[in-house]
Amino acid sequence: MEFFLQLLINGLSIGLLYGLSALGFVMIFKASSVLNFAHGQLLAMGAFFFLVLVSWLKIPIVVAFLITLAGSFVLGFAVERIFLRPLIGESLIFVIMLTVGLASMFKGLLLFFFGGNLQTYPDFLPAGLALQIGTIYVPPVYVASSLLGGVFLLLFGLFFKYSPQGIFMRSVADNQTAAMSLGVHVKKVFALSWAIAALVAGMSGIVLGIINGINVHEISSIGLKVFPVVILGGLDSIGGAIIGGIIIGLLETFTSGYISPSLRDVIPYIVLVVILLIKPYGLFGLVEIERV
Amino acid sequence: MEERPEDTLLQLNNISVVYSDVIQVLKGVSLKVPRGRIVSLLGSNGAGKTTTLKAISGLLKPENGKVTDGEIVYDGSRVQNLSPEEITRLGITQVLEGRQPFKYLTIEENLKVGTATRWLKPWKKDLELVYDYFPPLTKRKKTLAGYCSGGEMQMLVMGRALMAHPKLLLLDEPSLGLAPLVVREIFRIIRRINEEQGTTIVLVEQNANMALQIAHYGYVMENGKIVMEGEAATLRENPDVKEFYLGVSAGGLARSYKDVKSYKRRKRWL
Amino acid sequence: MRRLHFHPCGNYKERYAEHLCLFETDFGRMWAIIGLIALFGVVPLASSPYLLYVINMTGIAAIAALGLNILVGFTGQISLGHGAFFGVGAYAGAILATRLGLPFWLSVPAAGLVTAGVGMIFGIPSGRLKGLYLTIATLAGQFIIEYILVHWEGLTKGTMGIMLPSASLFGWAVNTDRRFFLVIFACLVGLTLVASNLMRTRYGRAFIAIRDNDRAAEGMGIPIFGYKLLSFAVSSFYAGFAGALWAYYMRSISTEPFNLGLSVEYIAMVIIGGLGSIPGSIFGAVFITGLNEILRFLTDAMMNMSALSGFGLNMASLREFAFGLAIVLFILFEPKGIAELWRIVRSTFRLWPFSY
Repeated sequence: MEFFLQLLINGLSIGLLYGLSALGFVMIFKASSVLNFAHGQLLAMGAFFFLVLVSWLKIPIVVAFLITLAGSFVLGFAVERIFLRPLIGESLIFVIMLTVGLASMFKGLLLFFFGGNLQTYPDFLPAGLALQIGTIYVPPVYVASSLLGGVFLLLFGLFFKYSPQGIFMRSVADNQTAAMSLGVHVKKVFALSWAIAALVAGMSGIVLGIINGINVHEISSIGLKVFPVVILGGLDSIGGAIIGGIIIGLLETFTSGYISPSLRDVIPYIVLVVILLIKPYGLFGLVEIERV
Repeated sequence: MEERPEDTLLQLNNISVVYSDVIQVLKGVSLKVPRGRIVSLLGSNGAGKTTTLKAISGLLKPENGKVTDGEIVYDGSRVQNLSPEEITRLGITQVLEGRQPFKYLTIEENLKVGTATRWLKPWKKDLELVYDYFPPLTKRKKTLAGYCSGGEMQMLVMGRALMAHPKLLLLDEPSLGLAPLVVREIFRIIRRINEEQGTTIVLVEQNANMALQIAHYGYVMENGKIVMEGEAATLRENPDVKEFYLGVSAGGLARSYKDVKSYKRRKRWL
Repeated sequence: MRRLHFHPCGNYKERYAEHLCLFETDFGRMWAIIGLIALFGVVPLASSPYLLYVINMTGIAAIAALGLNILVGFTGQISLGHGAFFGVGAYAGAILATRLGLPFWLSVPAAGLVTAGVGMIFGIPSGRLKGLYLTIATLAGQFIIEYILVHWEGLTKGTMGIMLPSASLFGWAVNTDRRFFLVIFACLVGLTLVASNLMRTRYGRAFIAIRDNDRAAEGMGIPIFGYKLLSFAVSSFYAGFAGALWAYYMRSISTEPFNLGLSVEYIAMVIIGGLGSIPGSIFGAVFITGLNEILRFLTDAMMNMSALSGFGLNMASLREFAFGLAIVLFILFEPKGIAELWRIVRSTFRLWPFSY
């Protein structure tokens, strides 16, 4: 029983991390229908940027966190402006391959500057954040990441539901021509969605770094695990990303706990294929409203 | 009424539009839209009406179309081939053909998108105004637009355009696929908007009869050219328009091949 | 003797047969023959062993890229699992050779057929999925195949790898780079001919119709699911064939090389070479393999210079960067790939000095 509970807690927290990582991915897809294969590298960029600020430049944590968010925002904006904008209207394979190319470029750069070794942040989370539920111990990083995840989820939910820019972003995702006819600046919306997505990715990268340490290969592979997560949740649903993440996280920990640790890394993809075959729009994706 | 040149809000001088650098759709279209009037653009399918509207609103660009010749003058400045964002900010809003609401947004959110050109300004009052014009929308504020009826959708997209405070409203076939009673209601509202808001309207229609009842002036297009123009009342009485667009043959007589030929000949000359 | 065909000064084709012929002019045919003679007569004798090794690798990559181009460039189904299919072919070839003792000439095509079967299984989602959903499904296929290769130890010996017997063709031992060159390039030429001829048949036309508009193709009476599966099968056959050749050439295989990176490399070959172009696949294979080798060479050179060795260590990562950069630049500036550049160069020469 205790084993089960420990697995449950682990699964939940890992799942929340997956969900958080998938948030930015969903955002890009929602606004511009781009499948971003460079998402893992965006996560890694944020994590390493934070590392530079905290460990090398010794900037206070909160300031460093804010600077990282701002830097990621600018990075996302620049990526859209330089690489993605010329491809608006091009066919799917070019857009996909462009992000694949970007992934390899970013990864190469990160390896060049930081190498492939594991690096860690200085320990800065207060130990008081840890939770003791009965016999189960929840480490402070998990509590902190859950809190951060919850806050950001709420913020983004509100942003999309109520703010004008959020509504414009949804309108572009819905019907680009109609949005254009009303004067919505579609390119600005694309740029903004990339910027926000990179910001979320940067933040998730930091949290990942706190928990697992920072390693380029490790974080990049999480970028690919985003796919089962978002397909499960529905490619365009923010809440779905979180729930999909949690389901995948639980699945992974329980598979490795009860069946076989080696199955852990492939089980999400098996689920992915099954989901695609029976319910391609995912659990929470928008089913196309088709009427003429 | 004597027309002075500054009363013209929009003028198209001999414009040509080409899609994908090869397909020429408009071949020298000129028309004039006086301020505060309703001008109707009639013609059969593929005549180039929608393309004309898109040339004005800048929506040709995403479809790889371009104004290659001539000029579009709006309010004294040339606007051809500007991006849609710039054009909408000048006060031109197009209502697209075939009712395209944002299906996954609620009615109210849809209306809010209409304020994109001036999204920092207050907009609550405009919302009231739109609900006043289109009362059926009031009770469905929170419904997803994708689940509304055709008539409600048409009202929604028109209301959404009104939110932008357009000086020039381009309406593309508002009657498409709607019940006759709803069509009459919509045209009544168009008239009201024109009279109360002073909005200049360009109305593209297949339903020539309805269009000519509310328009002040009309143009008839064929094959990418303007083939006929005149005051709405005059056009309504024109035997050719009657026969080919209103579907009433002159005096109820059977059409003879000769008449058709004479019309075709005339069309060539025009 | 019939009259020679030169480039006409316009499009004077009157029959479908003229549109469908492989060589538009007799000069084209002549150059192709000269090229082939040079390829088989001169290259193996004039190259150093290292260069020959690189050329052989290019040839194998070209076979696999041809297959991927049939799927992606001609049928429009994006696959991110081609590297895994290549691996399936390599393992199928190795297992057939070691367990069943099949001879070289039989086990390579048989490996192709096995891979074609596997490819069809992973092509089944294409019946229901389109575009990016299918892409994600093939990505999952890549991971699942990788997992099976590593963990089905009874069949694949897992991470231990398999040693292959040396290849021989009817008593002629294929054991040097030079002999392998002949075998690989004979296969490449043969399979290129098959691919270009396939595109001239109803099957090829059906593929292209599906790529351009699958709904319309279905409306025209093309059973699209069957053809998509066929395209997956053909493409995997090429991958498997190339994989088996590779296994024989390497003599020992393990599971590592067949990862997502390899799949990405193949897609990069197809895009950089030119989507929907048979020669494009070969150009792409030459470009990517060449780029890889050049970057490796630079890295090694840096490592050996003592002053720069620290820097050279980091250069290894810049290889990944350069690779990504090449993909990005091609997509941004010449999305039709090297095949298009080649066409432009050729027509410039042909039309010079009056280019209009």
